[in-house]
Amino acid sequence: MQPETLNHLAAGPGRTFRPLWARVLRVRRETHDTWTLTLDTGGPFAFAPGQFNMLYVPGVGEVPISISGDPTSPGPLVHTLRAVGAVTRALCSLKPGDLVGVRGPFGTPWPVDRAEGLDVVIVAGGIGLAPLRPALYYLLRRREWYGKIVLLYGARSPRDLLYRRELERWRGRFDLVVEVTVDHADPSWRGHVGVVTRLIPEVSFDPWNTLALVCGPEIMMRFTAQALLDRKVPPENLYLSLERNMQCGVGLCGHCQLGPFFVCKDGPVFAYPRVAPFLGKREV
Amino acid sequence: MKGLAELLAEHPFFQGLKPEHLEYIATCSTNVVFKPGEYLAREGEEADRFYVIRHGTVALELFVPHRGPLVIQTVREGDVLGWSWLFEPHRWAFDARAVTLVRALAFDGACLRRKCDQDPELGYELMKRFARVIAERLKATRIQLMDVYGNAGGR
Repeated sequence: MQPETLNHLAAGPGRTFRPLWARVLRVRRETHDTWTLTLDTGGPFAFAPGQFNMLYVPGVGEVPISISGDPTSPGPLVHTLRAVGAVTRALCSLKPGDLVGVRGPFGTPWPVDRAEGLDVVIVAGGIGLAPLRPALYYLLRRREWYGKIVLLYGARSPRDLLYRRELERWRGRFDLVVEVTVDHADPSWRGHVGVVTRLIPEVSFDPWNTLALVCGPEIMMRFTAQALLDRKVPPENLYLSLERNMQCGVGLCGHCQLGPFFVCKDGPVFAYPRVAPFLGKREV
Repeated sequence: MKGLAELLAEHPFFQGLKPEHLEYIATCSTNVVFKPGEYLAREGEEADRFYVIRHGTVALELFVPHRGPLVIQTVREGDVLGWSWLFEPHRWAFDARAVTLVRALAFDGACLRRKCDQDPELGYELMKRFARVIAERLKATRIQLMDVYGNAGGR
């Protein structure tokens, strides 16, 4: 049965509570524990950079996964995910032709429209590059609208780097600065070794006229935010994508509460001043 | 051709240092070049110098038996390399290998210690700058130790 037929059968109140059925087109292994799924939803799947979907494997469960494809080019839905639990392992084991339930897109996007006329610094850590990739696609599609675009990417080791071919292609562009660093490596690695925050004082951009987009483990984002503020990037120009235990996707169940916010509905992308009081706070 | 004091003045580590101090310490430095693969320092050897990197990338490595050398950090233009010259027993704590062509200024540790003893104002200024570098590297190492990209569990 085709996804469009299944989706006709499942027709209901949008894709908020009832999943849209998508067929797996491709499964690409990115690293030893991370895969990219390309899904056919039976038609174009509109989303904004930074949004996420709830992906559902029948009989196993549902997980929130950021959309990592190109928002400017209508095509199949793309998700990159790391196999860390029962549901993500099941998703990473899917084969072309299998069906996946999709609810979404949910959440707030990266404020790419605010970036016009500004330099843009993108800082990604580990799997955090996946939700930032749509923002980079968007910016590159309108390249002339922005000043410098800088991508700083940190990973655990060279074997953990996502989208290697694309990184090489981006590094080859004259209008994009790409710096990659890993926490540890063997001598065959010719790039940087050290934490991603160490790259921030070294790259050239105009801090007062910069919009910064940051995604990665929360502790990495805390230190990255501090390093960007030390460079005098205005706090209101600094955006983080947070991760919590998202379940319903629409702020009803309360599992992803962070202080006064529900990360699934009010986030995942937040301006730094809104969430700064809660970052690193115990019992939040 | 630029004098050594001019080269020092351009380097971020020495920015803001008094011109007379720059002239004074420039006499302890020499211009050095390393080809990729050459070592700037070897673990356990006498740390009689430190480097101010002007161009290129240097890998700081530790040799681990049965695993080979592990790169623990890279430093590059704008960075300084080595503080073991400051403290006894003046031994390098790691290997430093040129990843690319490296141009640097090498400082004679004994010469600089003597000058710092003779001019405590200069000594204090340099000590503050090294303390800042050490604190920044310690902070970065602590973040590295947390293995922040490791598997934090999940669904």
